[in-house]
Amino acid sequence: MSETAFKRMKDLPSAHLLGTGTAMCPGCGGLQGFQGIYDLLGEKSVVVNAAGCMTLLSIYPFTPFRGSWLYTAMASAPAGAQGVRDALDILMEKKKMPPEENLDVVVLTGDGAAYGMGLSATSGAIERGLDFLYVCYDNEGYGNTGQQYSGATPHGARTATSKGPEGYRGQKKDLFSIWAAHSPSYVATVIGAEPLDLARKVEKARKLAGPRFLILLAPCPPGWDFDPKESVEIGQLAVRTGVWPLKEYVNGEIVHTKVPYSRLPVEEYLKRQGRFHHLFSPKRNDEVLNEVQARVDAYWQGVKEKSPVH
Amino acid sequence: MKGKLLTGNGAAAWGARLARADYIPAFPITPQTEIIETLAAWIDEGQVEARLVTLESEHSMITAAGAAAATGVRVFSATSSQGLLYGMEMIYTVAGWRAPFVLVNVSRGLATPLTLEPDHNDIMATRDSGFLQIHCATCQEVLDTILMAYRIAEDKRVRLPVIVNLDGFYLSFTREPVAIPAEEEVDRFLPPFDPGNIRFRASAPVSQASAVLGAASYSYFRYETHLAAMQALAVHDEAAGAFAEIFGRSYEAVERYRMEEAEFAFVMIGSFATKAKDAVDRLRAAGWKIGLLRPRVLRPYPKGHLLKALAGVRGVAVIDQNISVGRGGVLHTELAAALADMGGRRPVLASFMGGLGGRDISPQEFYEMASVAKKAAEKGEAPPPRLLYTETELREVRRLQAIARADQMEERR
Repeated sequence: MSETAFKRMKDLPSAHLLGTGTAMCPGCGGLQGFQGIYDLLGEKSVVVNAAGCMTLLSIYPFTPFRGSWLYTAMASAPAGAQGVRDALDILMEKKKMPPEENLDVVVLTGDGAAYGMGLSATSGAIERGLDFLYVCYDNEGYGNTGQQYSGATPHGARTATSKGPEGYRGQKKDLFSIWAAHSPSYVATVIGAEPLDLARKVEKARKLAGPRFLILLAPCPPGWDFDPKESVEIGQLAVRTGVWPLKEYVNGEIVHTKVPYSRLPVEEYLKRQGRFHHLFSPKRNDEVLNEVQARVDAYWQGVKEKSPVH
Repeated sequence: MKGKLLTGNGAAAWGARLARADYIPAFPITPQTEIIETLAAWIDEGQVEARLVTLESEHSMITAAGAAAATGVRVFSATSSQGLLYGMEMIYTVAGWRAPFVLVNVSRGLATPLTLEPDHNDIMATRDSGFLQIHCATCQEVLDTILMAYRIAEDKRVRLPVIVNLDGFYLSFTREPVAIPAEEEVDRFLPPFDPGNIRFRASAPVSQASAVLGAASYSYFRYETHLAAMQALAVHDEAAGAFAEIFGRSYEAVERYRMEEAEFAFVMIGSFATKAKDAVDRLRAAGWKIGLLRPRVLRPYPKGHLLKALAGVRGVAVIDQNISVGRGGVLHTELAAALADMGGRRPVLASFMGGLGGRDISPQEFYEMASVAKKAAEKGEAPPPRLLYTETELREVRRLQAIARADQMEERR
């Protein structure tokens, strides 16, 4: 990334473009990450939203956005983006709107929409080559309704609908690969706790056209059950334990942008969150803990074998 | 003015073409598909300057339609039946956006059982959504109504999406001679869409469709939408006046057919009403004072038009090609409610459900319905609702059931 404008922390914008005083929870990792994204997107954008926590950003008659906003429904934000993008293109083609009035079309949804209900609309938008940026804040559950498990919930996590001794029995869906299988222009994982990596990826995504996707892991104090002040630290641990690999897909290649060479044990990440408490107390559940560690190890082993590390 | 043999679907495509729709989000479904295929071919041949995008579902299609209209282009779309219901969440949603566009629905019965043939339960399901709806009986009317629908939808007093409805098969695939208006005349009737400041532009950011906290805002915006819909009757009549002036064809919110001095009337919507017209002619010839009322505009509900037209009428046969399961015919229920406010002598209503899943309605059945309405008027008492269904039909179903049972027995052996 030699051509990046973001070489060190002081290169990042010093003030946020997104207004304050929103309805997001204290310590929301999703808002932290999205602030960094919106700073670089700028106000010449229209954010097309699906039902989720961030629907509450824009509540009549207030909005923290300097640019435009359209709320759609849970399943069809990418289709809303299609309608807006096509309409803007038509207006420019027919010379009914000067190009300086054009907007970047951005979809903003949670994991509930991105991994589940909206996946069909997302797949359709990518296959049609829609020129848009999709930002998913992934807090690994239906957070806005009280954290029930979703297709993004990790194995073993306790949620409002997986309170048994083993927590959620399914596995987190690999949405990065599902997107990449469509051969879009760009896919990247990001996290607010790594703002330089995030800024570089937004910068890169902005320079490209076509379908682009940022999956933002969003540490969620109420949903994951931790103190809001630990949000950044838990985000960093997600990266340092290798649970949340920071990577990007571009031109058919996957590159890991921040490899944790001395990976911490996943326990260091899990034990900080109440949603995994049952794996440690009253009795340590080595079976599940080892399984989670083994999956992470296998992932990084695969990375080592498959691709040169940058 | 050119005349051409067109199907109902073909007439719908011509309506979109002459309205100069910029954007056509689409999804195929029988019996609607011919509309989008026709438009796609014109676009590919360079005859029409529009963009057609096939979405992956009707839910997405209606989202894209609303989003494009909210950005300020003229949008046309079309669907039917299961597709309309698949998109139902967005039908309500985009009406609330006050996104004006025209959606053609080619009516088809709803599952279950699955069928391809027409009735009106699909369109009735959108009744309370905020979409206005206009029902057509002929191919010419389909074309003309689409042009009128844009004018009504985009009127600043209304600003709501409109569904133009035609019956599957009976109208969608029936060829009739259609006068295709000249482009210059259509342009005179229908100026380009002016979205005002409700649109997305870099220089003027807006938030559309934001959430509200609290019932005060919610109630306010919902009722505003209702008031806007109610304005559409007057706007329709204005549009109809302008249309008649330019094209020489006039349409009323409620078509009155041979209602002069009528003592009895049929009330029904859609293409089957042409069968009622034939029955009216024959009954009139036999000395009956009978006519037909065919609501074209059903949302907003043309209550005033109906009550005025029913003054002096003693008995009415309301024919519903739908069933509100657990209640009965929707048109009947709504008309009965409207009559509650009628001064003077009210007509007695006889409720009939028929034409379900494309079932034909015979002339004899129309005569019988007229007789039932007459007897009801004489008795001053409404008869119980009836399904139009014959013994022959029941025997046929019994025969199929016998085959199904025989098959089961075979398997058990």
